[in-house]
Amino acid sequence: MDKFYHSVRLNEELCKGCINCIKRCPTEAIRVRNGKARINSKFCIDCGECIRVCPHHAKHATYDKIDVLKQYEYTVALPAPSLYSQFNNLDDVNIVLNALLLMGFDDVFEVSAAAELVSEATRTYIDNNPDKLPLISTACPSVVRLIRVRFPNLIPNLLPLNPPIEVAAILAAQKAMKETGLPREKIGIVFISPCPSKVTYVKSPLGTERSEVDRVLAIKDMYPQLLSYMKAVGNDPADIGTSGKIGISWGRSGGEASGLFTEDYLAADGIENVIRVLEDMEDQKFLNLKFVELNACNGGCVGGVLTVENPYVAEVKLKRLRRYMPVARNHIGKEAEDYVHWTKEVEYEPVFSLGNTMMESFSRLNRVERLCKKLPGLDCGSCGAPTCKALAEDIVRGEAAESDCVYYLRESLHKLSEEVSILANDIAENNVEGYEMLKVMTEYIQRISDEMSLLDGRDEKENKENKERRQ
Amino acid sequence: MSESDVITLTYAISPDDFTRAGEASSDVKGKLKQMGVCPEAVRKVAIAMYEGEINMVIHARGGEITVNITPKQIEMILADAGPGIPDVELAMKAGFSTAPDEIRSLGFGAGMGLPNMQKYSDEMKIDTVIGKGTTIFMKVNILPAS
Repeated sequence: MDKFYHSVRLNEELCKGCINCIKRCPTEAIRVRNGKARINSKFCIDCGECIRVCPHHAKHATYDKIDVLKQYEYTVALPAPSLYSQFNNLDDVNIVLNALLLMGFDDVFEVSAAAELVSEATRTYIDNNPDKLPLISTACPSVVRLIRVRFPNLIPNLLPLNPPIEVAAILAAQKAMKETGLPREKIGIVFISPCPSKVTYVKSPLGTERSEVDRVLAIKDMYPQLLSYMKAVGNDPADIGTSGKIGISWGRSGGEASGLFTEDYLAADGIENVIRVLEDMEDQKFLNLKFVELNACNGGCVGGVLTVENPYVAEVKLKRLRRYMPVARNHIGKEAEDYVHWTKEVEYEPVFSLGNTMMESFSRLNRVERLCKKLPGLDCGSCGAPTCKALAEDIVRGEAAESDCVYYLRESLHKLSEEVSILANDIAENNVEGYEMLKVMTEYIQRISDEMSLLDGRDEKENKENKERRQ
Repeated sequence: MSESDVITLTYAISPDDFTRAGEASSDVKGKLKQMGVCPEAVRKVAIAMYEGEINMVIHARGGEITVNITPKQIEMILADAGPGIPDVELAMKAGFSTAPDEIRSLGFGAGMGLPNMQKYSDEMKIDTVIGKGTTIFMKVNILPAS
């Protein structure tokens, strides 16, 4: 699978070419070109911010639909802990789990149960590796992807353990094969996800060669159906839940860290905050920390773009739900070593380098500096890049031109028309040969009209779209 | 050196504004990454310059930082018109600090500023005159990409 696979996509028809997404993308991965947004797959970390902010709903995530269950003889649902936080007055996880069985799954395996194993493995890893502290959580795939492209100095701090989703999938597949005797390919391991980032993880995981998750469904798709099945389950569901407080807490920011039984941790959520923390970590501003938990979404996984509930309300619901639960109900065995630890290193991908060699990057950076002084510095976004600096970078990469800047264009139009009027004056005063001057003037006028049509290019497209819409 | 052989960046460091301290080193860090400089050199520049920047805010009422980048090295010149350093040797000792309490309460003033600047730069020179100011020159070499 492509190492820059992406689950966040654009629906061209819905895209109006406005600047909302380019402005909010934390890695400046989006440009508007020819009136449509384009996602640079090397820069994108699938955080889903653009899905959240697009007023035209032109951004979406790819994931599977419920009918994929038919492709397997036996299916296991892997509910994310954040799923439990979506329902009003839920006081028993078993209601959700039994509803999943009624929906057609043959078994459920809670991701929160696997999370408790990861918590235990993390505690051991912290104790055994004092030289690697602080360790950075690797549960949020967008954070790992961000570090991979932007924070090479922090790659050694990544916690080299599989995220709970992967551990759950490995265990669920083993259990299903043992219980049914079916070959692996006839068993469908289906994750119910709060975010597109997990879809990306499944298709192109970091830390392991291949994910054991076969399909990913979205919480928001499952929600309405689950509600009616939950009613059918009734108030006295079979007790099939297997996780405790620690596991369920992973659904919110700070939850993973709270399972480590240490106060020397930091938990940040929201992609902009995550970036600030990573910048500071790189400058060695935090001392005496053991663990850094980072979640790309506000509030943690409950804030995922594929959830339905307000993340802060969801957090309260999660808190109520785990009130009377035991601390943990899953404990790691000896064999766990095999499936908890990473089997593949994460490597730095220097996608933000301006050139292919350092010499090329150096001279391009030099040009960026000079261009930045020339550009207006208004960061208006009209050129399709989020900032003037980003436009300058695009120009030196050969992906844009100075004339993409409307201010630059306007200024050169002013200059040209001034020169034309000087020429006209000269002719009027008969200082020079009239015919030659006329030829020069015609050239100038042609250039003005060429530059005008660059500006109009955009308008024509808009007019055409407007016309189509009216029809 | 001609214009194309060196990239010169200048930053005015404003006094007593802690919220802006670290902006300059962060900006340089971003540019070095875009230049494809090896991560280790980026880290050294980021830390050495950050410590220097913080020192200028705490002790010297700000100043100016000039950064000269070439494909071989990064030079940082931190110039201030502050009180000067009375005993450079003492100031270089790990743990020695003259930072006031309100600065310490922000987590600064651990006495690691100058020692860290020394540690993370490949070359460092301090010119200081009591009552006139301090200029610190630091250099970090860029190793060719392996």
